[in-house]
Amino acid sequence: MSVLVFVEGLNGEIKKSSLEAATYGSQVAQQLGTTATAVAIGEVHQEALTKLGEQGISKVLYDGDARLSQFVADAYVKVIAKAAGQESAKVLIFSNSNIGAAIGAKLAVRLNGSLATNVTELPKTDGGSFTVTRGVFSGKAFAEVALTGDLKIIAIKKNSIDITNSGGTATVETLAADLADSDFVGAPKETVMQESDGVLLPEAEIVVSGGRGMKGPENWHLIEDLASALGAATACSKPVSDMDWRPHHEHVGQTGITVSPNLYIAIGISGAIQHLAGVNSSKVIVVINKDPEAPFFKAADYGIVGDAFEVVPKLIEAAKALDK
Amino acid sequence: MKILVCISNVPDTTAKINFTADNREFDKNGVQFVINPWDEYALTRAIELKEAKGGTVTVLNVGEADTEPNIRKALAIGADDAIRVNAFPKDSFFVAQQIAAVAKENSYDIILMGKESIDYNGSQVHNMVGELLGIPSVVPAFKLDMVDDATARLEREIEGGKEVVEVKLPFVASAQQPMAEPRIPNMRGIMTARTKPLKVAEPVSADVKADYINYSKPEKKGGVKMIEPENAGELITLLRNEAKVL
Ligand SMILES: Cc1cc2nc3c(=O)[nH]c(=O)nc-3n(C[C@H](O)[C@H](O)[C@H](O)COP(=O)(O)OP(=O)(O)OC[C@H]3O[C@@H](n4cnc5c(N)ncnc54)[C@H](O)[C@@H]3O)c2cc1C
Ligand SMILES: Nc1ncnc2c1ncn2[C@@H]1O[C@H](COP(=O)(O)O)[C@@H](O)[C@H]1O
Repeated sequence: MSVLVFVEGLNGEIKKSSLEAATYGSQVAQQLGTTATAVAIGEVHQEALTKLGEQGISKVLYDGDARLSQFVADAYVKVIAKAAGQESAKVLIFSNSNIGAAIGAKLAVRLNGSLATNVTELPKTDGGSFTVTRGVFSGKAFAEVALTGDLKIIAIKKNSIDITNSGGTATVETLAADLADSDFVGAPKETVMQESDGVLLPEAEIVVSGGRGMKGPENWHLIEDLASALGAATACSKPVSDMDWRPHHEHVGQTGITVSPNLYIAIGISGAIQHLAGVNSSKVIVVINKDPEAPFFKAADYGIVGDAFEVVPKLIEAAKALDK
Repeated sequence: MKILVCISNVPDTTAKINFTADNREFDKNGVQFVINPWDEYALTRAIELKEAKGGTVTVLNVGEADTEPNIRKALAIGADDAIRVNAFPKDSFFVAQQIAAVAKENSYDIILMGKESIDYNGSQVHNMVGELLGIPSVVPAFKLDMVDDATARLEREIEGGKEVVEVKLPFVASAQQPMAEPRIPNMRGIMTARTKPLKVAEPVSADVKADYINYSKPEKKGGVKMIEPENAGELITLLRNEAKVL
């Protein structure tokens, strides 16, 4: 019996959200008195795999089939199901990414498991029961859910667990899932990554976000400059992407992306309830708005009532002056 | 082309979320329910495809009788008929099994859903249905076009980019912005919706694997600390030394 964690690679390294999943997985394993194994696929550097020991992973099963470098649900599910069988896994852990949630749901059907996505805390495992806490109602509440199947499948919300770096190394074993061409029928025709040298929004620890108060796309250099000085990703409110000032994948909120960074800086955003739904689990929220009555201030930890065009240049200056 | 659109019935986006005194159930009191906003993208795209290529659009909801006003709304927007599986949606696996049972009986070419429901935020049902039916699920898609009568081309979001996928019918996909511009029902739609067929089906027996025990709300913030705009730079110092997030 063990805990199995699926880790996703990006450019040969393990994604931050997967390091969180690995940490979570080894903490669950400790709770259950067992060990945590990771399963990694596609092109990932060998050192990145052994370094998973720092998150408490003892063994990594690796299938380096190059065809797995692209997301193909059927093939991924097959590899992970094979690993789960081999390890007699009782708990499967994913990051709540687009990929993680998708294969978690498929595996729940195929392996007859109980699935919880958007999980925010370690499970309670006393007395033979297994309950997790998950975010519901778009961040407005949490639910405690008992997973009653023999196999528990958990997708953890990004940025809800602190990554440990305890210094061990993991052993790496080859996993051969013997994939056939037919497993790759659903492979994408084309993958287009956004052109950005900056930080990916869903993974970001700091997010600088602009709303209609920024007046137009020509002013976005203020958002971008502050973001780059802080090592942050940029985001926006829905009307901003609806007006094509910014691309849709930057829009956060109820009908956009949900983010939970350590720091969310909202500039010229009123704080409508649908916007808050996407950002209210951020650890620290800063609001800059010229209207002291803007509802966002009620959800903020720090606030400045002022004109963004005067305030933001001062912030950029101060941020640039920080020693890293 | 036969398209099935699955809609869930959720609290309005501006609703205050409260629970019963023992925190065991969502408190519906005074809450207005709407079609899950993501599902509206699915519904509108389905209607657009029907208008362009012919066929039918059926809406499906797993829910008790109180969801019917929103099912009628979907009919008013332009769906042809509706099915309500008469059961409280206990968990995603239960819902997925109901949808799969309906789909098996009627063989749809495309099954469209929303990216996620804004009440349970599961992002689970679409992939479960795809797996139960043994057909592909393309999730979360933001563009859907037909290449020919048997093939669709979709664009789906991945972290940091997008993928272009071509699939043969039948398949499941979940919709998100900007797949279509949601429509508002017009007077004529509302009138005709009253006479469109809404079938009530009894649920198939299905497993429930997640048991919702209780609910809680996030802790309230401790209040906001204001900084004078003239000293805006001070904010950065506070974020580093006090909040420790820089
Ligand atoms: C079903 C539904 C789903 C929705 N989903 C989302 C969603 O996912 N995400 C989302 O963001 N919205 C969503 N919305 C829209 C939401 O209700 C708001 O309309 C939107 O968030 C407002 O965006 P905003 O704050 O940028 O613009 P506004 O509300 O126009 O606010 C602009 C703010 O900028 C301030 N301002 C103006 N000039 C300056 C200046 N010079 N300096 C500083 N501040 C200034 C103003 O005081 C104001 O507070 C949704 C709505 C519905 C009905
Ligand atoms: N009770 C339901 N009835 C019909 N469709 C549903 C129901 N619940 C969820 N769905 C569909 O499944 C999608 C994903 O839901 P979820 O997995 O709960 O996030 C929704 O956007 C709907 O299209």
